[in-house]
Amino acid sequence: MSLFDDLFQNPGITEALPEEFLATLQMIGISGFFTLLVGLPLGIFLHASSPGGLRPMPVTNRIVSDVVVNITRSIPFAILMVSLIPLARLLTGSSIGPVAASVSLSIGAIPFFARLVETSLRDVSSGKIDAALVMGSTRLQVITKVLIPEALPSLISAFTTTLVTLVGYSAMAGIIGGGGLGRLAYNYGLQRFDTMVMVVIIVIIVAIVQVIQIVGDRLAQRVDHRTAATAGAGRSRRVRRQAAANDVVGV
Amino acid sequence: MITVTNLRKTYRQGERTVTALDDVTLSVPKGSIHGIVGHSGAGKSTLVRCLTLLDRPTSGAVVIDGRELTAVRDSEVRTARRRIGMVFQHANLMDSRTAAQNVAHPLELVKTPKTDVNRKVAELLSLVGLTEFADAYPSQLSGGQKQRVGIARALASDPDVLLCDEPTSALDPATTEDILTLIRSLTHTLNLTVLVITHEMHVVKRICDSVSLLERGRIIEHGPLREVVSQRGGSLGRSLMPLPAGTVGEGLPELELLLVGDTASAPVLSELTRRFDANVNVIAGTVETLGGSRFGRLRVEVDSPRPLSEITAYLEGAGVHVEVAA
Repeated sequence: MSLFDDLFQNPGITEALPEEFLATLQMIGISGFFTLLVGLPLGIFLHASSPGGLRPMPVTNRIVSDVVVNITRSIPFAILMVSLIPLARLLTGSSIGPVAASVSLSIGAIPFFARLVETSLRDVSSGKIDAALVMGSTRLQVITKVLIPEALPSLISAFTTTLVTLVGYSAMAGIIGGGGLGRLAYNYGLQRFDTMVMVVIIVIIVAIVQVIQIVGDRLAQRVDHRTAATAGAGRSRRVRRQAAANDVVGV
Repeated sequence: MITVTNLRKTYRQGERTVTALDDVTLSVPKGSIHGIVGHSGAGKSTLVRCLTLLDRPTSGAVVIDGRELTAVRDSEVRTARRRIGMVFQHANLMDSRTAAQNVAHPLELVKTPKTDVNRKVAELLSLVGLTEFADAYPSQLSGGQKQRVGIARALASDPDVLLCDEPTSALDPATTEDILTLIRSLTHTLNLTVLVITHEMHVVKRICDSVSLLERGRIIEHGPLREVVSQRGGSLGRSLMPLPAGTVGEGLPELELLLVGDTASAPVLSELTRRFDANVNVIAGTVETLGGSRFGRLRVEVDSPRPLSEITAYLEGAGVHVEVAA
């Protein structure tokens, strides 16, 4: 059997792959959505409640930051996932499948994303916050009109990084019952030594990561007005291409 | 008009209590510009933060047009702040907003109708001469243009007081000149009360009507420019009108003369030569017009058969401030 015939006739590719591919997208989609929904406010809270923040709350900040976020982040994801199976069953009625896996994926990714959000917000200069306060902003207005818009490019990058991490997590989740490309790779690639399936899966996962990264970078660049080169989206691409060309010829 | 009375600000630093502002009292009449000068660490930044209520003063009062800012409850601080427009050293514009959107920012906070916002923004941008840059982002503007946007934004809420914190310290000399001219003319057209915090004596000379010197949290000299410069032994006067450094005489007795107003143009030196049979040699000097008055500071060597005390007495009688230089 030639390589090409194998590619189009292997049941692992023709029958199992499309379904598992969708399952992977589903896991990333659902957990990405909840990570954004919970992680963004959590990151904002971590920033605002920190000493010197908009509304310092030393004790609560300590508890949330040290206990909740750091502990969750220090548990290896494989172990966290297994330990969250009862919770997944409680919330989704099942302990297997992509929806159930999304529970532990979200819980694993939320603290990670929240930390990145906190760091992004910390980079907004205090002068801008002072300016907003002096013009009579409420704390909420400082968050919605200064912190988030000013940090938007780096928030988008942070979410891109989180999604890429979720792709990796989702493969792990697949092995312990989540389904998706991770399970397919495990079943065909590891247990049957079906190299072709393994290669195809790797190519697809790399492609997913590339797409996420490229879309994320484009979006971040479009909303970035921080330097003259990126102030206009159309122009910036030209500038960047020119800069890249200069690099090549060593200018 | 802005009045600050007995303003104190202390904070704890571990075991110690640090006094950042010690009994600061000053008063700026409506329509005038007051400068506050001092070295870094003198308490200028703390004063700014207390005036804008970013920090609450420990005691004392800040009164703007008869209303006490320091007496408002926390819930009213935001409304109170809108009466002060603030211009920062680094403009502190939002990078994600265009010039027009930056100016509109304070108006959005109080839900101003869209048409009013547009009208006001256009008005303010033309006031600072940036109409054609309305849609530019801060990263596309020069330092001076950014500062103009910052000024327009500060004026958006129709404040009574404009507080400028080192407004030109990050700008080149030509741009500094432009921004100072703008602040001066806005003060007149909008009848603002302006407080300029700076470490540049040049700024004080160019635009201020009166000035205070802040040192270690205290105001140690203050008054209208004219008075401050003619103050004997004042360090502010000397900083405002310094003599060129590095001038050395020939070992003869040296006098330092401060000629104020009319005496600055009177021929006291030729009079001196005639009456005391003296040779007078100017070794350093500067003549400037400050706060509408002419001032001259001269360092002279005097060679005369008559005692120096007689010469000093004569000069003082003629209205010249004399110091015998070491």
